[in-house]
Amino acid sequence: MSLEFLQISWFFLIGILFTGYALLDGFDLGVGNLFLLAKNPKDKMAMLESIGPFWDSNQVWLITGGGALFAAFPEVYATTFSGFYLAFMLLLFALILRAVSIEFYWQIKTPTWQKVWSTNFFIGSIIPSFLYGVAMGNILQGIPLDANFNYLGGFFNLLNPYALIMGVFTVCMFTIHGAAYLFLQAPKVLHKKMLDLVKISGSLYTLLFIILTVWSYVKYPRLFNNFQANPLLFFIPVLVLALMIYVPYVLTKKPQQSFVITSLSILGSLLIVGLSLFPYLVPASNNLLNSITLYNGSSSQLTLLVMLILAIIGMPLVLFYTSYVYRKLLKKDERIKKQSANLSI
Amino acid sequence: MDVVLLSRIQFGLTAAFHFIFPPLTIGMAWLIFFMQTKYIKTKDKLYEQMAQFWLKLFAISFVVGVASGIVLEFQFGTNWSQYSRFVGDIFGSPLAAEGILAFFLESTFIGVLIWGRKRVSEKFYWFSTLMVALGATMSAFWIIVANSWMQTPTGYHIVNGRAELIDFWQAVFNPSTIPRYFHTITGALITGSFFIMGVSAYLLLRSYRSQMAQKSLKIALVCALIFSLTQGAWGHYHAVQVAETQPEKLAAFEGLFETQKGAPLLVFGIPDVEEERTKMAIGVPKLLSFVAFLDPNAEVQGLKEFPKEEWPPILPSFFSFHLMVALGGYFILISLLGLYYLYKNKLYSKSWYLKVLLYSIPLPFICNEVGWMAAEIGRQPWIVYKLMKTIDGATFTVPAAQILTSIILFIVIYGLLFFTWFFLIRKKINEYNEISIGEVQEG
Repeated sequence: MSLEFLQISWFFLIGILFTGYALLDGFDLGVGNLFLLAKNPKDKMAMLESIGPFWDSNQVWLITGGGALFAAFPEVYATTFSGFYLAFMLLLFALILRAVSIEFYWQIKTPTWQKVWSTNFFIGSIIPSFLYGVAMGNILQGIPLDANFNYLGGFFNLLNPYALIMGVFTVCMFTIHGAAYLFLQAPKVLHKKMLDLVKISGSLYTLLFIILTVWSYVKYPRLFNNFQANPLLFFIPVLVLALMIYVPYVLTKKPQQSFVITSLSILGSLLIVGLSLFPYLVPASNNLLNSITLYNGSSSQLTLLVMLILAIIGMPLVLFYTSYVYRKLLKKDERIKKQSANLSI
Repeated sequence: MDVVLLSRIQFGLTAAFHFIFPPLTIGMAWLIFFMQTKYIKTKDKLYEQMAQFWLKLFAISFVVGVASGIVLEFQFGTNWSQYSRFVGDIFGSPLAAEGILAFFLESTFIGVLIWGRKRVSEKFYWFSTLMVALGATMSAFWIIVANSWMQTPTGYHIVNGRAELIDFWQAVFNPSTIPRYFHTITGALITGSFFIMGVSAYLLLRSYRSQMAQKSLKIALVCALIFSLTQGAWGHYHAVQVAETQPEKLAAFEGLFETQKGAPLLVFGIPDVEEERTKMAIGVPKLLSFVAFLDPNAEVQGLKEFPKEEWPPILPSFFSFHLMVALGGYFILISLLGLYYLYKNKLYSKSWYLKVLLYSIPLPFICNEVGWMAAEIGRQPWIVYKLMKTIDGATFTVPAAQILTSIILFIVIYGLLFFTWFFLIRKKINEYNEISIGEVQEG
């Protein structure tokens, strides 16, 4: 296999890992974003139970994504992780709090204890939801790099309007994704006030997608190069937009279907991000020649090949047992009805 | 303050905190798996009760390990970006392999263990315990591969200003991987065994008739004895490898300044780097030569053979190594004593011995920590042995103030986390009573 083929494969494989994170951990992040709105401790417990068995393996998509990025594109790993130092530390603190909150919350049933850990769970969910978009926004618009790929900006360069709005966009994205999941697994917890917020997030999600697309077109036209070269690709954003316009409707009228729709819209949005970047991984905003691309930032041919073999053997196995455990542990219809019946008493 | 020093402090701190938990959970996972297997085979409810009790403590500890582990995976990039650029071609693969081959496995099935007891069959629950134990043990393999490559790099060449892979298996099975892997896993099994012994002892001190605690103590005691004895063999095997591949590290461990034939193994001493000799040395003659080369008269290289600027920090290497060895000896003696009382049928009522077991709980943790300190400090000044110095591996683009901020936050968060963990573990132990044992969690 040629080096170029391997580099392109890894570009998309890394994309798949981070998309897997958004699709899977996305819904439990969303449940966390909504957690403080739950009416009572019983509802909170129902929310936790819906994600309890899955959050850890969902999060492994991010950890594996990080490891694979290190292995396949060490320059990208080194540049972004050190360049976004404080942002990454914030992300780490959030993920630490989040992990322990989910398992500590129910260990002791006193109000103070549960208040502390529900707040931590919320903070630990909203920060990663937001930073996911901020990171994406900064990568898309590019960051200042020197010729050795060292980041030249500071922390506050990362907090620019484009990236911040992208952060709000991903918060909305994960929140509606989480709500869509709750419709399937714990519908009773979605009371009116929470649903109102979800619907606002749904509309904002669509609106921000449009705003960000136009903004990118005006300010960062290079993001459209691949689309202009292959106009058929324009089909994807159009489809995603159609899905997004459908989101507020589906949340109100056919909530049971909304999980499929939110999943597809996330998949589509991240595919657009990938296609906009290709072949760049970290565009340099000061001088495009300093950018890290999949060609100049990758590991050697042998490493990419070994890793590809590893992924081809390992990932189908992962998908097999993960989906098996999901099928075993997801609440079946009868159980949800029983839960609803219990709650109404 | 100096950026490199700050990054070193942060890495040491976060790695040391993280490593409190994985050895405990790896060790416990296998003992719990044994209890589950006994239950499946005998259908004796006592074993189920036992497994459920230990699983509670396991789950609380596991999650702290997961939470603090993410930091380590990201920290190479945030604080050691020059290192990451230099070794990414080799060092990244084991981390990715750890994710694909191990983390997914343990995290998927830990969900079943904690949340799914009533949603799956007993057989599947048993199988999930096995998968968690296996996943955790395999993740240890890949991280040891990565670290061992830093100790004894092989299977690479230097091109384009970085280390590039030429032979994957040679890099994976570099000279120190196997001895260090078994040394670490055995340490984890000792940690899990001593934890279960100590907590069982505590329960027995409260009520010596507790069937669950008696049985747990017995199982854990047998494991503790087996593993602390085998650890002697692994420790020796590892020492032989260090003597061959990193002689100045061995010399630092032993405070050996002069090259000598028939070198002694020190029981005590205070190395003096200024005077280049070890004061107040009490040692067993010729034992070091014998341990390292299986020949009492073999020549062992002293520190003076190596340029002084390439010496590891002698005092911390020496003391952490000696403390580890001393604790290893203690584990053997204390388990042997337990076996004697078990044989004499006095184990469950020997209250002084039970107290010793209780207060011995922290010792394997300390042993794990000082063992790693010896391994990592003993490799200095290198980040990759003889290839790259630690000072050249650090990120230089992040301002010192930012690293200082994150260090302070880590201290605060980890401090709170540690106390919460300890508090919860104590609470769950104190809540235990023979009749009303509940399940871990059910939805």
